[in-house]
Amino acid sequence: MIDVRHLQKSFGPLQALNDLSVRLDSGRAVSLLGPNGSGKTTFLKCLLGLVVPDSGEICFNGKPIRNDWAYREQVGYMPQFGRYPDQLKIRQVFAMMKDLRKNSAPRLDEELIDAFGLLPLLDKPMRSLSGGTRQKVSACLAFLFDPPVLILDEPTAGLDPLAAERLKAKIQREKERGKLILLTSHILSDLDELTTDLMYLQDGRLQFFQPIGWLKTRTGEEKLGRAIARLMSGGPLPGQEPTENDRLFSTVQTR
Amino acid sequence: MNKVIKYVWLDILQNKIVLAYTVFLLGASLSLFGLESNPAKGLLGLLNIVLLVVPLISLTFTTIHFYNSYEFIELLLAQPIPRTQLLLSEFAGVASSLVTALLVGVGLPVAVFGGGLTGLALLGAGVLLTMVFVALAFLAAVLTRDKSRGIGVALLLWFYFALLYDGLVLGVLFAFSEYPLEKATLVLTTLNPVDLARIFILLQMDISALMGYTGALYEDFFGSALGSVYALGVMVVWVAVPLGMAVRIFRKKDL
Repeated sequence: MIDVRHLQKSFGPLQALNDLSVRLDSGRAVSLLGPNGSGKTTFLKCLLGLVVPDSGEICFNGKPIRNDWAYREQVGYMPQFGRYPDQLKIRQVFAMMKDLRKNSAPRLDEELIDAFGLLPLLDKPMRSLSGGTRQKVSACLAFLFDPPVLILDEPTAGLDPLAAERLKAKIQREKERGKLILLTSHILSDLDELTTDLMYLQDGRLQFFQPIGWLKTRTGEEKLGRAIARLMSGGPLPGQEPTENDRLFSTVQTR
Repeated sequence: MNKVIKYVWLDILQNKIVLAYTVFLLGASLSLFGLESNPAKGLLGLLNIVLLVVPLISLTFTTIHFYNSYEFIELLLAQPIPRTQLLLSEFAGVASSLVTALLVGVGLPVAVFGGGLTGLALLGAGVLLTMVFVALAFLAAVLTRDKSRGIGVALLLWFYFALLYDGLVLGVLFAFSEYPLEKATLVLTTLNPVDLARIFILLQMDISALMGYTGALYEDFFGSALGSVYALGVMVVWVAVPLGMAVRIFRKKDL
């Protein structure tokens, strides 16, 4: 579905993405993981065409996305911090997006608007909304056009527990309907429930891209959180021989 | 394309700055015409407003508007909308609102008090100046991501075109006063849209005798139909070139 080849992007001296190649297929839910500043958001923005890579290519259904825009009809995006024109009411934001994307959706999916309880708030202007409610609006917009690809940047951050659960259930359902879902989150328990594959970035490089079960067996941890924490603290990458340090670490732990 | 313009208009209408600008222009025009019994004198007063205030407001309003709609632009760019179209729609939306303000604020009083051909020239020059400086402001705004720097660049542009440039031209004329400079002044005028507008309007006022030999040359040149077409054409180039550069930069810009 999405084919990324040798993607390279730097912001001044900072190498944000370094020779990143990956293939993402529909029906998978891929979580993008890595320390802060490892290039996750840059990668997502490259997929959306918001950031133009220095070199490399991204193909969407076999077609390169450079200078193309029509492919975005098939993408729903929920940004990390959704900001909207202050004066518009929620209703107007939805109306505007429907108006602008009229042709791109065979059916509208307004399930989340109801599930989040936004209906009574529709006449509130965007500037009066709390951060969480803005996130809800962003989520609704991402799902609204029933796109085959969903890109969600920190979807549950800032949502109340009930809304977070409803959003996760929605993501789950959409995944089962065969969509490609790409998400970042620092709430690892969310990723554990939702995702099928793990894509781990560090300093703009793809460290590995594997199914979740594989990671768990490799690190010997049942919980995804612990497995990731081991990775981030510089433990052995799955598949690598453990170093002297790790052996010491594990002996300390067994004691 | 029209859809995006619609939302730019909606946004501008709701923030009321353009409305205040219209009221200011209207007030200034009415009081100038009211103070002078001769409409020609009123027009002379209006000339200064058009030459100084219109570029200033166009530059600052456009720059601030662009930075404030950054989130809106980001939101739309994640949708199936091509970048070029988005920027041109933003330009059309902002420019048309400011032009409308000018037509109501200056055009209406001019029509009521009988500005005649001179009034028409003043209005036409004002409309073109608005478009030139909106285009320049877009260029300044896409060049830098930092809001205060963008506005700073816009203000410097205004200082340069409205104040500094005349000083520089005077300096050049003084330094080379031994030589025939009529042709050179004509070229120098072309390089500044504000000067071009000023001379274009002054010539309609029939006071070119005040400008000495150069005035006679201007009269000769701009007084003819060809000269008017030339002045108009140069103004259009002053709109098209900065706008084209802004589009080129915007197409490759990371958001």
